[in-house]
Amino acid sequence: MRKTSLDCVYELAKRDGRVIFIGSDLGPGVLDPMKREMPDRFFMEGVSEQHVIGMAAGLAMEGFIPYVNTIATFLTRRCYEQVALDLCLQDLPVRLIANGGGAVYAPLGPTHLAVEDFAIMRALPNMTVVAPCDADEMRRFMAKTVDWPHPIYIRLAKGGDGIVSQERYGFEIGKAIMLREPGAGLFVTTGVMAQLALRAAEQLSKEGLACGVLHVHTVKPLDHAALHVWLPKVHGVVTVEEHTRIGGLGSAVLECCNDEMPEQAFKVRRIGIPDRFADQYGNQNSLLGHWGITVDSLCSTMRKQLRED
Amino acid sequence: MSLVEILRVLYDSYLRYQPADPNWPDRDRLILSKGHGCLALYALLADKGFLKEGEMLTFCKQDSRLGGHPERGKIPGVEATTGALGHGLPMGVGMALAGKIRHQKHRVVVIVGDGEINEGSIWEAAMSAAKHKLANLAVLVDYNKVQSYGSTREVLDLEPLADKWRSFGFEVEEVDGHDVEALEQLTRRLPLNSGKPTAVICHTIKGKGFPFAEGKSEWHHKSGLKPEEIAAMYEYLI
Repeated sequence: MRKTSLDCVYELAKRDGRVIFIGSDLGPGVLDPMKREMPDRFFMEGVSEQHVIGMAAGLAMEGFIPYVNTIATFLTRRCYEQVALDLCLQDLPVRLIANGGGAVYAPLGPTHLAVEDFAIMRALPNMTVVAPCDADEMRRFMAKTVDWPHPIYIRLAKGGDGIVSQERYGFEIGKAIMLREPGAGLFVTTGVMAQLALRAAEQLSKEGLACGVLHVHTVKPLDHAALHVWLPKVHGVVTVEEHTRIGGLGSAVLECCNDEMPEQAFKVRRIGIPDRFADQYGNQNSLLGHWGITVDSLCSTMRKQLRED
Repeated sequence: MSLVEILRVLYDSYLRYQPADPNWPDRDRLILSKGHGCLALYALLADKGFLKEGEMLTFCKQDSRLGGHPERGKIPGVEATTGALGHGLPMGVGMALAGKIRHQKHRVVVIVGDGEINEGSIWEAAMSAAKHKLANLAVLVDYNKVQSYGSTREVLDLEPLADKWRSFGFEVEEVDGHDVEALEQLTRRLPLNSGKPTAVICHTIKGKGFPFAEGKSEWHHKSGLKPEEIAAMYEYLI
């Protein structure tokens, strides 16, 4: 997914002279072809995220479309004020490509995990927050980023994630995709939790429980229309995110319910990361398991929700 | 008050701009990174015709464009929103880099405060400006030597300040920031080096022009002025 997103930056840059790439201190060889062919639009600025965001803002004020790439937590927590004031307050078309959202960097520990990125990015006016589920969807999404007039936070997964999106779904920023039509239950997911929910839905179908998966790649602006269509049609809703249960997708869904259809809110249960820093290493899957974000927990939460209905 | 002459010289004799067309592509870009000095900027923008007549009197009123820190998009002639310190120079580096990439002729001036350059982001941006050889960028330091709590020497000593900028890759000069003629002469020589960004350390006096306020930290961003203080200020303005 990361390679795809950066390859897309290169392709976009070939077609559009406004596209610029700024990295912090990425691995050797990143976007070498772009560096070689467009040296005046490829920048590696060093470990200086506050400056990088401000510089990107200055370039955007002059009509460029900067794509900034580094590790997710350093693109969010480290330079939050710059993201808020330089990008969002001034509503500039800068794209933040965030490596390793969620638990991808599990072996590196809590300093490198981005598990509250949706919450803090979503809290900023004018910010768009997107978490594609696979590399194919990333490609369709990146094509839409050039002309989006606002800042975008793009959460990348680990890479090599199973392809579950399809060309026929297309991609519109802010428009959720129904990956599997619901019966009684509906999983509402973002990022690579789509794959997990599809497996859970498959398992539940063997038990006679028909569940769908609504993939909300755009956490903000949230697709209220899709929720209005689907929530009244199902009996149970389980939101799933590789993110703290505070302030992410589940919170956004409940905010929508609270504001616009409070009678639907009781159907919603949220699966996410508990409110504590990671206390284990391992790998992404083992840490998700430690936090209770597994196919089994998705199934049991949905079963319980449908039983209580 | 410490930056009034700096701004006056920039707007009178250095910056190229068109008040009737504030987004004129060839204009020079000025960023007041120490956004809390915006009253001085608003005075110049009013004087040069960017603002409506009498608009200064709306300062900080509910529906005014002129807030306690300047905002891009609201106020013609304001290039970047500032207020939180340490943001203006990184944005100025981006603007200057854009000009360099496109071989444009306009120049970028960023005015930073002395307390402001406590911020690490200023020095991140300084390294970047030197790396990109941004000769079209000039940083003017309003060095009044007083920040909110007290003297800069007491709070976080900046010295040797000229050496710091020099070691970060800038061509550096120092000037009396209240000497209009010296400022004019210096700006005529910009860029000081065709392969480097410029830093001008402007030695200034906080509250310049009001003897009772000069050099006093309690007059830093002072509000809630008493009638007798306002009267005293008028006395020195006339």
